[in-house]
Amino acid sequence: MKLLPFLLLLSSPVWADLATSLDALRAVTKEGQGNEAATSAWSSVSQAKASEVTKLLAAMDGANPLAQNWIRAAVGVIEDREGKTLPVAEVATFLKDTKHSPEARALAFDLLQRHAPDEAAKLTPQLIEDPSADLRRHPVAKLIEEGEAALAKQDKDAAAKAFQQALNGARDEDQIKVLAKQLRALGKTVDLPAHFGFLMNWKLIAPFNNSERKGFDEVFPPEQKLDFSATYPGKGKDAKWQDFTSTDEYGKIDFNKPFGMEKEVVGYAAAEFISKEARDAEIRMGCKNGWKVWLNGKLIFARDEYHRGAKLDQYKLPCQLQAGKNTLLVKCCQNEQKETWTVEWEFQLRICDATGTAIASAK
Amino acid sequence: MRFILSSTALLALTLSSAHADWLQFRGPDASAVSTESKTPVDNLKVAWSVDLPGRGLSSPIIVGDKVFLTAASGPEQATLHVFCFSAADGKKVWERSLRATGRTMTQSKTCVAAPTPCSDGKRVFALYSSNDLFAFDLDGNLLWLRGLTYDYANASNSLGMAQSPMIVGGTLVVQSENDSESFTAGIDVNTGKNLWKMERPKAANWSSALALKEGVVALQSSKGITGVKAATGEVVWNYTDGASTIPSSALGGGTIYAASNGITALMPEGGSVSQLWRNEKLRPGTASPVVVGSDLFVINNAGVLLKADTKSGDDDSKFKLRLKGPFSGSPVAAGKRLYIVGERGTFQAIDTASPEGSILQEIELTNKDSKDLVLCTPAIAGGAVYARSDKKLWKVE
Repeated sequence: MKLLPFLLLLSSPVWADLATSLDALRAVTKEGQGNEAATSAWSSVSQAKASEVTKLLAAMDGANPLAQNWIRAAVGVIEDREGKTLPVAEVATFLKDTKHSPEARALAFDLLQRHAPDEAAKLTPQLIEDPSADLRRHPVAKLIEEGEAALAKQDKDAAAKAFQQALNGARDEDQIKVLAKQLRALGKTVDLPAHFGFLMNWKLIAPFNNSERKGFDEVFPPEQKLDFSATYPGKGKDAKWQDFTSTDEYGKIDFNKPFGMEKEVVGYAAAEFISKEARDAEIRMGCKNGWKVWLNGKLIFARDEYHRGAKLDQYKLPCQLQAGKNTLLVKCCQNEQKETWTVEWEFQLRICDATGTAIASAK
Repeated sequence: MRFILSSTALLALTLSSAHADWLQFRGPDASAVSTESKTPVDNLKVAWSVDLPGRGLSSPIIVGDKVFLTAASGPEQATLHVFCFSAADGKKVWERSLRATGRTMTQSKTCVAAPTPCSDGKRVFALYSSNDLFAFDLDGNLLWLRGLTYDYANASNSLGMAQSPMIVGGTLVVQSENDSESFTAGIDVNTGKNLWKMERPKAANWSSALALKEGVVALQSSKGITGVKAATGEVVWNYTDGASTIPSSALGGGTIYAASNGITALMPEGGSVSQLWRNEKLRPGTASPVVVGSDLFVINNAGVLLKADTKSGDDDSKFKLRLKGPFSGSPVAAGKRLYIVGERGTFQAIDTASPEGSILQEIELTNKDSKDLVLCTPAIAGGAVYARSDKKLWKVE
């Protein structure tokens, strides 16, 4: 019986207009394609009633980031105009449904925080295992507060419990750093490489020539075939594969360690990753050298920027893991600069899901 | 009927002159010089200040009675804000918050809201280091958007980008010049689509363009300065003797005072550019030079204000005014006054007419314990000077 009003609503011209307009926003893509249609559609969408705001949020599902921003802007206008009459219960229901996009649900939570803060606070603990890294930040922050409060009362067990629960849910580096420090101060073990999913064990080969930065585009033998027993003529010496295990808890693979502080050189790193199943994943890179990364022989991304800085998750690269063995190959190029801040010839790489949750190799 | 039309025209004229505009980074033509007859008075006070929710070093721009400003908040500065404040009292008129689609990594001192927005008087175009570009009308309605790193995946700078966009005719000139996928684009202000896109030197660049005569913009890079027709992207002249990638050049009387090998005066004419003089002793630090009347002013890396003659390039040996720096922002001018804010928040009004130069007035904008740095270039409109930090926006008048 409840289906009838919904069908009537769907068939009503008003909702049909809104749906059509939202489709125009969702159709926006690269280089401004779809902008003209979106401009007039946005005008219509932004006039939607507050009661329709979850329809806008739902339209963010599966939409590209540009389309999501069009919709986000319209939600902002509706909120400005009718914030007091937003359907808080519907927004909360939307938030709880993890089938909706993480970005839309994060926006739903923001609306609740501003217009129903009690409801937002009530829902916060439930977000600790959320698919949205943004949403996880809230319960993690709350648990950090609880742990610090317990510490202030000298209740170390309660503090450790709160910090550990928070660390299990935390996906952002700033919060993880705080939690690792607190837990270690309480005598607990924290395995950051496992938490992040850094690949620690690699085979490395270097040095190939990168004079005038030409090595970035040059195809050296490891790009054609991975033969770990092979030796190749390198820059001034033979290039041979050798095993390398990172001891850095942020997973840095430092070519300077096995090969010396070379300049104008190219190194390669290869690793195997065993996936239990075929699945979507992300390769997340941090690197301040020129680099390329291949997964199972397919180039995922290439970047020829040198010494402008590196950080965790600097590049988030969606990829598809195949079931069983996957082969990663990283090309890491050092340039000619001589300044002290250009010594690094290294990268860090982790494999995780879109939330940032580590995916461990099956062996 | 004639009377009615005349009255309407008069009213429009009156409204126009009553409205104060500073529409882009460094104001009219990016010269950093106010063209308004009403200049700030000599006894300035903070008229109002407002708190900001996120970081930013972009300048405010002023369109009529509205002040527009950008900021970025959140742990990765991924929430991109555009604010509209009332120039009269600082009250927020509207705010829009969108999400970055490009990379938000920057060196720690700079931030995502580094480029200054611009306006054609009807619309506001906001650009961020993440290469997100939004067009709003003055009432906060979204007109179009782009994600330039979403479009061109290697167009980013891990130190952060800061080049400010500029409108010439119907073209929004956007520079995204970096070590990798480096380009400048002319974008249709109506649709947000590319009118043209040109490859630029593969080198990080934080300098912004100048607007010259006949719809030409001067694009500065490590290679030099290139004159480009904003409407078409056609290169009309090229100066290839190198230029700075941090301070932008100055403009006065059609001459470019290029931040190149010290300061090099360049006269663009038609399809060529000629060098008038060069003074290698005039070395701007981070702040860009500015022309006031027949004088060129440069702030060097030591925070000393230097003066030179725009015709000869000869520096005035008497004029060496130590300011309260260091400076990340640049000076702006109205009448014979320069206005600048040091990183530690000291607003300074400078008299350029006295023989050795003098600081007429200082105002401490920030609490010295707050560590709230002021990195912006001020804006001037309606006899007031506007500046911002990560935490506040001030109107000084």
